[in-house]
This record gives sequence, C-alpha cells and structure tokens, in this order.
Amino acid sequence: MDPVQIAPGVYSVGVRDWNIRDFHGYSTDLGSTYNAFLIVDEKIALIDSVKKQFADQLIDNIARIVDPRKIDVVISNHTELDHSGSLARIMHRVGEDKPLYCSKMGAKNLARHFPQQWNYRAVGSGEELKLGRRTLTFLETRMIHWPDSMFSYLREDGILFSSDGFGQHYAGPETFDDEIGDRIMVHAKKYFANILLLYATHIEKLIRQVADMKLNLRMICPDHGVIWRRDPGRIVQAYLDWCRQEPERKAAVIYDTMWHSTEKMAEAINAGIMAAGVPSKPMHLRSWHRSEVMTEVFDARAVVVGSPTLNNGLFPTIADFLCYMKGLKPKNKIGAAFGSYGWSGEAVKLIEGELTDMKIELAQPGLRTQFVPEKAILDTCHEFGFKIGQAVAAAPGAGARAAVGSPGHSRTALNELK
Amino acid sequence: MAKYVCQVCGYVYDPAQGDPDNGVAPGTPFEKLPDSWECPVCGASKADFAKEA
Repeated sequence: MDPVQIAPGVYSVGVRDWNIRDFHGYSTDLGSTYNAFLIVDEKIALIDSVKKQFADQLIDNIARIVDPRKIDVVISNHTELDHSGSLARIMHRVGEDKPLYCSKMGAKNLARHFPQQWNYRAVGSGEELKLGRRTLTFLETRMIHWPDSMFSYLREDGILFSSDGFGQHYAGPETFDDEIGDRIMVHAKKYFANILLLYATHIEKLIRQVADMKLNLRMICPDHGVIWRRDPGRIVQAYLDWCRQEPERKAAVIYDTMWHSTEKMAEAINAGIMAAGVPSKPMHLRSWHRSEVMTEVFDARAVVVGSPTLNNGLFPTIADFLCYMKGLKPKNKIGAAFGSYGWSGEAVKLIEGELTDMKIELAQPGLRTQFVPEKAILDTCHEFGFKIGQAVAAAPGAGARAAVGSPGHSRTALNELK
Repeated sequence: MAKYVCQVCGYVYDPAQGDPDNGVAPGTPFEKLPDSWECPVCGASKADFAKEA
C-alpha cells in the first residue's frame, strides 16, 4: 500500500499483511497490518517498524517521502517482532548510530532480540523529544501489553501513537475508522478479548491517567488496523466499558465431541439456556478457532464447557481452550461442565477444577452421561441449561431485559405437564 | 525467607538474589523492600505481589 499523509507532515508508512491467517495462535481471517509512522519536521522521526519480511515495503514507503538516510531518530514503542522485526534493516539503512528511543524495558528487551549495540535512548513517562515545530511526549504503558510498551504523543497535532493499544487485526482498503464505520468494532473487541483482557485493570488505570493529562486527542494511531480519527473518544470509551468486564446477558456452550454424544448434550443444554430467554451459541472447538470462542466468552455471563473423556482425561481441544482462557483471566462469570464418557468419565471433574481455579462460579453441578444420551438424559440437559439461563438472567447487571423466560419454557417442565 | 510472585507478570522475587539492578542487596527479605520498590520486569507495586505457594 502507498503511504498516506494522515496530518500535515505525518505519514502512515506501514504495511498490510493481507494473507496472514494465524497470528501466533490468534485467527486473523481478514489479515492484519503493521503500522509505522513518519513525522517530517526539522528532525525526521520514524515511529515503529514492521515484521521482518516486510522490511523492503517499509523502506520503499519511506523512500517515497524522504531518503531513509535522512531519518534522525527512530522510536520503538513496543519490542514485539511484528513492530521491531525489521529494525536491523531499518537501522542499517538509517544509520546504526542514530538515536533509538524506547522505554527502559524496551532497551533491555530489544537488546535480547538484536545483538547490535544501538544508540539506545531510554525514556520514561513525561520525557519529551523536540522535533522542531512539534514535540513528542513519551508515556510508559508497562504490561499493555509487554513490559516495554509505551505510547508516544505528538502534542501539536494531538496524535497518540498507541502501539498495540486500541489496535485491531484487520487488513482492508481503509486507513481510517470513518472509512469502515461500525464494522471495525468487532475486530477491536476481538483484539481486546484475546490480547489485552488480562491487563484490564492496568488499562483502566492508564486511561484515567491519560484523561487527567487533558490531552487534546484528535487521532489515535495504533500499530494494527485502522486509525481512529472520527471520534477517538469512542474507542477509549469502549475500552473503559470492556475493562469493567460486565458481561452481557448471554451464554456460550463450548464443547468437543467424538461420537456426537457430548454434542447432543451441548445442543440440549443450549436449547435450555435459550428457553430461559438468554441468547446462547453451541461452539464446537474444531469448527471455531479458540480466539473466536474467546471473543464470544468475553462478554458472555455463562461459560458452559463440555468434553468427552479421552484416555482418562480431557479432550485435547478442551484442554487447549481452558489453558488459553485461564491465561486471559476473565472475570464476573458463571460456568458449568458436562460431557459423555465411556467407562471412567474424569473430564467433567477436570473442567470443574479448571473453572474453579479461574474463579468461575459453578452455576450447576457437572452433568455426565455414559455413552449415548437417551431422551431422559437430554431432558435433564435441557433443564440444566434452563437453570443456567435463569442464573444468567438473574445475575447482577442483567438489567430490565432479564427474566424473559419462565420455567414453563423448559422442555422438562413441559413434559411434566403432559 | 519466602519468595514472592508478581501477580501481573509472574516475576518471582527471590530474597537470596535480591534485585541488585535496583539497589536491593542479596539477602533482603520481601518485607524489607522499600514501599517505592517496583517489579523490575513490569513495574507493578509491592502490593501486587503474593507469597509463593
């Protein structure tokens, strides 16, 4: 993609990775972008770089605006290789002795990626770099989402270069939020749910801190996806909402199955939840990518997990998902476990143990069935789902929309009437 | 002397090692760290640490 002037003398010079589909285990169905920015003032500054294999594109983009050798300073907001992978090429081209600005942890972490003895200038929050007419102010944002992460703020133009914060894995023809509209929010939410969720407390604190700085925020430029310029406050507000982790009145039934028995249970449980008036979705873990499932779980109140027992343990995809979810530390959830087994049936207890470790309150005792669930068992599954749905509807924050369902909707209850 | 784990990033403070990069001598128990001490990896405060189980 050609470079785009995003403000007078400020250019987006990064690249689009149209065809990436697996970003370190995160499904990127529409690709991603590695954004980098060039500020041309009395001094010329490059903010961030791109993945190693896109170094030529980045250099070509820069060369369409200025001779890369004329870059005076390079700024690394984040050490991760999608933003630093081409630094060796860039520094070689720009000049190995040019100052490389980063956080204190950035200097440590970059040195663990690159053997070059670069001219590191470690900066802390509030430190400034005068470029001429414009000034960059740095803000350390440790653990959002690496220890080295920082933001750079271009005061005169009101542009916040926010590293991975406010990013989205999305590659399309658009450069700005107003060109894509609301469709971008689902990608921003997926990014938050899968990359940032465990640091929600930090992010909330940081946003309050930035609000106190009374910045004149006109544009937020993340390192992935589109630039927020129509209403940067909107994504900031969305982050504040997401940080609170107040789940919606919905559930997700996550399962895998070997001979469709656990699947039948999942369908009946899901139907029961919906009979209580709570939206829910059965998600087969070999059909849905773990990062899609996590996005669904992120704003669901109930996480219902089902696994067959395989060789006395969990089915591997379930173990994968539970491990993934645990690391992201979701809050304010209820859960339950179910599954079919042949002879030993350990899986349900194992799921319950994991959910309890994650401080997910068990809404119902686990439900097991041996081999193929018959009608009576499926009715029990429906009732199990219905009770979970009722618990979701009754949860604090479920609001006026709650309690649509009544026991009369439950299949078991209906059967009793017959 | 007990080890303490940073609940934010997982860094383990080992009193036997101290945190020499930040002026904490080996042999300093966690309780004796100054209140201004921060996790050397992620910058979390002392309050963000829990005793290693």
